[in-house]
Amino acid sequence: MTEPASHAMHDQALQREAAGRWGAAVRISHPADGALEISPNPEVLSEVCGWLFHERGYALATVVAQERAQAWRLLYLFWGGPPAWVRVRIEMPLDRTSLPTIADRVHAADWHEREIEDLFGLSFVGHPRLGDFVLHEEWAEGTNPMRRSFDASRPPAAGSAGEPRWRPGRVVHAAGAFMMPVGPVFSGAAQASHFLLETIGEEVLRTIPRLFYKYRGVEKLAEGRTVDRAVLIAERFTGTSAVAHAWAFCRAVETIAGVTVPRRAELLRAAFAEFERFRHHLAAIAGIVHSTGMTVASSQADLLVEEALRSAGAAVGHRYLFGQVVPGGMYRDWRKDQLDELCRTVESLARRLDTLSRMFRFSSSFLDRLEQVGIVGRGQAEDFGLVGPVARGSGVEADLRTMLPYGSYRELLRVEGHVEQEGDGYARLRVLIAEAQESARLIRKAVARLEPGPVRVEIPAVPGEAIGWCEAPRGATFHWVRLDGDGRVARYRLTTPSFTNWHGFHLAAERFAFQDFPIIMATFGLSTAEGDR
Amino acid sequence: MSKWILRGLATGVKTTRYPRRHDGTPGISPGLPETGTELVFPEAAGAAAAVCPAGALEAEGGRLGADPRRCIHCMRCAWGSHAVPWNGGYEWARWAAESSSAKLAGAFGRSVHLRIVDAGGCDACLSEVTQLNNPYYNMHRLGFFVTPSPRHADVLLVVGPVTTHMRRPLLEAYGAMPGPRRVIAVGSCALTGGLFGPSFTASGGVAEVLPVDVEVPGCPPPPLAILHALLLLTGRGGEAEQVPEPGKGAAR
Ligand code: SF4
Ligand code: SF4
Repeated sequence: MTEPASHAMHDQALQREAAGRWGAAVRISHPADGALEISPNPEVLSEVCGWLFHERGYALATVVAQERAQAWRLLYLFWGGPPAWVRVRIEMPLDRTSLPTIADRVHAADWHEREIEDLFGLSFVGHPRLGDFVLHEEWAEGTNPMRRSFDASRPPAAGSAGEPRWRPGRVVHAAGAFMMPVGPVFSGAAQASHFLLETIGEEVLRTIPRLFYKYRGVEKLAEGRTVDRAVLIAERFTGTSAVAHAWAFCRAVETIAGVTVPRRAELLRAAFAEFERFRHHLAAIAGIVHSTGMTVASSQADLLVEEALRSAGAAVGHRYLFGQVVPGGMYRDWRKDQLDELCRTVESLARRLDTLSRMFRFSSSFLDRLEQVGIVGRGQAEDFGLVGPVARGSGVEADLRTMLPYGSYRELLRVEGHVEQEGDGYARLRVLIAEAQESARLIRKAVARLEPGPVRVEIPAVPGEAIGWCEAPRGATFHWVRLDGDGRVARYRLTTPSFTNWHGFHLAAERFAFQDFPIIMATFGLSTAEGDR
Repeated sequence: MSKWILRGLATGVKTTRYPRRHDGTPGISPGLPETGTELVFPEAAGAAAAVCPAGALEAEGGRLGADPRRCIHCMRCAWGSHAVPWNGGYEWARWAAESSSAKLAGAFGRSVHLRIVDAGGCDACLSEVTQLNNPYYNMHRLGFFVTPSPRHADVLLVVGPVTTHMRRPLLEAYGAMPGPRRVIAVGSCALTGGLFGPSFTASGGVAEVLPVDVEVPGCPPPPLAILHALLLLTGRGGEAEQVPEPGKGAAR
């Protein structure tokens, strides 16, 4: 934890440098939440953001666009520091609909701007590629569902079967190549997503993903709901990471309400979140093994996944842990014997995972498929601001549990991070295995630290805005929430690890043998439910 | 790769005995609130109904009516002072009220080929569908196979509320199947839109887009409930033989 004195020092240093560089073109303030807020003139917006990202080592958490009563307000939230949070803020009259891009300097903002353009109708001057992104051809030109005037109760746009199919903005550029479409419906049980592979014979030159087939407008659907109802959405928009996203949402709400969650609830949240990571990583490992076509190893890995689901079902009633995390703490408490049983299962699963992974290590036909496949370099991972096991497989230690600790990770639980350097499929697999083992250890530790006490506090209905974050199984997630006077959701901005990492997926899917595509997909392990929202 | 084979042999048989026998293994199903229960204190029915965020519970006199199709498994009626009676089973797939199709019997009854469409689900439903290939459930032993080719598919399994963008791919997948074809809607999203539909981006369930034959409630439905739907569709959906003490469903 940063000492208040040194915090102030860093704060002043940052402030001095910004003032020195841009003078009167930036205004700096210190809002009550402890962040440093910079309001630049639009002409220097990109420079200021670029400086934070490249020179001061800040990472981009999210970009929040808001159509307020009097003006547009855009917040670019950066984390790192100290100070931990820097907020760059732009206000402009409602009749202005364009502002400069920051994606020219901060590439991690690329997709945020494209999304805002699509959903709010704001355009970013200097952005190389705007248009067709979240909303596909089914939507009439000029439909901006996140605008306040948009009637979200109306039925969906009806796309007819006869409409033209999508073509990417840039077409084939190698002689003799052709475009091979894959998805959105697959031969097995696969999430909806669509890819165009530019192919010459057996070799794929590059991959153009088209996402948002599952766009459910989650941010809009949450508006107007009480926090007790909105948390159901946070939990269900990507059900394989329910605990993490419910937790991040609740943290934002609890910050606004100014309540402290009881210690027992914080430890239970951590125990369940680590269990979720453990089960998610087991499933991701099983997915990788499947993609290499090793039958026996696949069934071995599958058994672990189902046993993990069963142990959650047996301990708390829901196989995916729905219904646990609510604003103010946990919906209910659990007895020691129930949690001990969960720990025992985790321990035995962790041992069997260990046996399996030792067998992988000595299986050359398996390693051949994963090594040197789907490489993302460290520099690329940093530029794209990649997160989670994908980033950690490319040498970037990005883990919010250690870098921006929250809940029990602040003091009670110390996470041993794991980073690999090669950036290939095998590196990502090793990260998943090591992290699953670490999660198993953390679950036991969290349960061991439990002391009797309450697990929930009341949440008063107060207006305000705050960000909540969590290291979800696939990486950093940021939930920015604004509540109105009745304590209902006025704006919910949801940035997820899959959204962040899909942006960099094409880096790993360049120049590869066609049959490696499933392997690259599996080692990235992304979710379109989580990315599309 | 003999070490893998040895490992496989050492693991032994894990497969469920369902549908011959009920499977009461803990954690195999979240269960569902019991329909039509008479409550001891009639007022309790109203309080329990008010706790449900999905409108799945309704108080009629002293009875509590539950509509499993709407249940999003928030578990709020499973625990605490509003807890309602809970059914720990999983044989809860039902023929859709509108379905005019007959059972897939005869030649199709033994070997049935499935095609799976994710029409905007949250991945949990899809994950439960995936478990059917898990050695624990091994649906192949009952003649159910996932087919890569739409031309060979008998059954379309759909998860998710059918987002605007998945409507056309879903219709195309259905259109590519030869007859007789059947549709199973899996999960509350696919049945009613669930928490996400009907809305400006999603329909109020698969039945708004395609004729649905069998429905599987749950958020998500456990693998055995989906298996039950397949058995129902192929005329093998009789009640399984009871074992003395099946799992109690939601942990208390
Ligand atoms: S578990 Fe189902 S029936 Fe019970 S309150 Fe939640 S949604 Fe309603
Ligand atoms: S029914 Fe529930 S589990 Fe299934 S896709 Fe919808 S939200 Fe997810």
